[in-house]
Amino acid sequence: MPEQFIWGMEVFANGLMAGVLYALVALGFVLIYKASGIFNFSQGVMALFAALTLVGIMEGQVPFSHLINAVFGTEIHHFGWHVPALAAILLTMVVMVLLAWLVNYFIFRHLVNQEPIILFMATIGLAYFLEGFGDIMWGADIKKLDVGLPQGINGTIDEVTYNLFGYGFFIDNLDLWATFIAILLVVGLVLFAQYSKHGRAMRAVADDHQAALSVGISLNFIWVMVWSLAGFVALVAGIMWGTKSGVQFSLSLIALKALPVLMLGGFTSIPGAIVGGLLIGVGEKLFEFAIGGMIGGATENWFAYVLALIFLVFRPQGLFGEKIIERV
Amino acid sequence: MLDAGRTDETLLEVNNIEVIYNHVILVLKGVSLSVPKGGITALLGGNGAGKTTTLKAISNLLKSERGEVTKGSITYRGERVQDLVPSDLVKKGVIQVMEGRHCFEHLTVEENLLTGAYTRGSSRGEIDADLNMVYEYFPRIKERRKSQAGYTSGGEQQMVAIGRALMSRPETILLDEPSMGLAPQLVEQIFNIVKSLNEEEGYTFLLAEQNTNVALRFAHYGYILESGRVVMDGPAADLRENPDVKEFYLGMSDEGRKSFRDVRSYRRRKRWLS
Repeated sequence: MPEQFIWGMEVFANGLMAGVLYALVALGFVLIYKASGIFNFSQGVMALFAALTLVGIMEGQVPFSHLINAVFGTEIHHFGWHVPALAAILLTMVVMVLLAWLVNYFIFRHLVNQEPIILFMATIGLAYFLEGFGDIMWGADIKKLDVGLPQGINGTIDEVTYNLFGYGFFIDNLDLWATFIAILLVVGLVLFAQYSKHGRAMRAVADDHQAALSVGISLNFIWVMVWSLAGFVALVAGIMWGTKSGVQFSLSLIALKALPVLMLGGFTSIPGAIVGGLLIGVGEKLFEFAIGGMIGGATENWFAYVLALIFLVFRPQGLFGEKIIERV
Repeated sequence: MLDAGRTDETLLEVNNIEVIYNHVILVLKGVSLSVPKGGITALLGGNGAGKTTTLKAISNLLKSERGEVTKGSITYRGERVQDLVPSDLVKKGVIQVMEGRHCFEHLTVEENLLTGAYTRGSSRGEIDADLNMVYEYFPRIKERRKSQAGYTSGGEQQMVAIGRALMSRPETILLDEPSMGLAPQLVEQIFNIVKSLNEEEGYTFLLAEQNTNVALRFAHYGYILESGRVVMDGPAADLRENPDVKEFYLGMSDEGRKSFRDVRSYRRRKRWLS
């Protein structure tokens, strides 16, 4: 087999893995969009905030320590304890649910029945607030996150591919775990949205706030639930990205990559977020590998957006998006 | 209240309510009405008379439209209900079918119906039984149960909306303008179903309707609203014979049907009770 082809296969596999991480962020967007018709601009920041909180709890960091020290002239930074990863993840989830409740209580409760654009603007505000709040609460330095997920080259794949092609593929264990977790999340979320009573209510709310109210669905409950779910997905995405590249504020920028993913997959489809993520991941890696070299490289920065643009022209609802219903 | 409906027990009592939107727009200026158990009570009037607002004040959907009841009281079975959230009212047995259907377009017809059972803690079996009951009354939507509600016709959507309300096992249904945008034949069909739901299953209806002619044929008692006030009320049979109602709402006068032009010019000169 030609070397080029084998390298291409490795790039393809790595693209799939990168795509899973894009998909994880995109999933959070889809969830909130499906349930409330809100395009949640703050999803990426939520992932960052979740990761920051997780590290903070694990390391026993004192929240708002800089603020406290500045005001009271104290010198406290750490509680001096370490929380085990699993407990810290659970505690972070509690924080995310609390955040969901606060977001609903202070913002979205007051915006029932408003135009989608107004809700969207509110999430932009929320994104900036959360970013600053995360900074004040946990500090802006880059943190290392290790919740015990295996990292490094996967020996089995290396060995099997070496025996097959005479060339061992480099696949990161973390990426394999991310894939596995993403699959679990998606299956769980699809089952929940399609077949459970609250999932159905969630989709009903997305279609029509007032009609949902009129049949006795409590918007407050559904919205807190949806934002908690989004917080959960953000937490998972935050763990994966944080483990891979450290918890830093540029993490919130990966949210931007989720946009082309959504345009490809469709804003309303959970499987779409996954397929879109994979397509973008594989597409940009393969494009860089095959063509990037000829045109000076760094195509990964723009490839996804160009692909999304093409989709917007020919299939605006995305691959799996709900057809735009128009009756005359 | 004379021979309103079929029982003397009053379920819903609206007492002199005033409704203001956005803190400034006064829409209802003292509306009172009572809905007897087991009856079909009609709320009639033209565009902007306040029919929908009255229904929404009762079901408490007003808040999501920045409206509020500033005076008067609303009681259900003698209990003050105007501070409850809509879901509490649904649990008490009062549900609104909104004007313009408002189906969940991306959900299938059956899923739409199931959302109606959201507030109930019933078992799957009971809910299935109720689904079958709804399909019996509306065989037409049974055929379309798997299609997305957004793709069904206006009449089917109205049936879905009513069916969805039935799924909550209500006592009183606030039905807002079921005839809107439907062919006369369909209107007749839907009103016949409402009538049989009332007679066979004992549901109480409060019906807001512009189509005075149809509404008065099916209702037991009627209230006529004009610019936020009740200007006349009485048993449906009496209202049908009332010369003013005939003239203003049924387009008839002593000389028979008048041309629309004459009616309009006459109306400009003589507005009643305002």
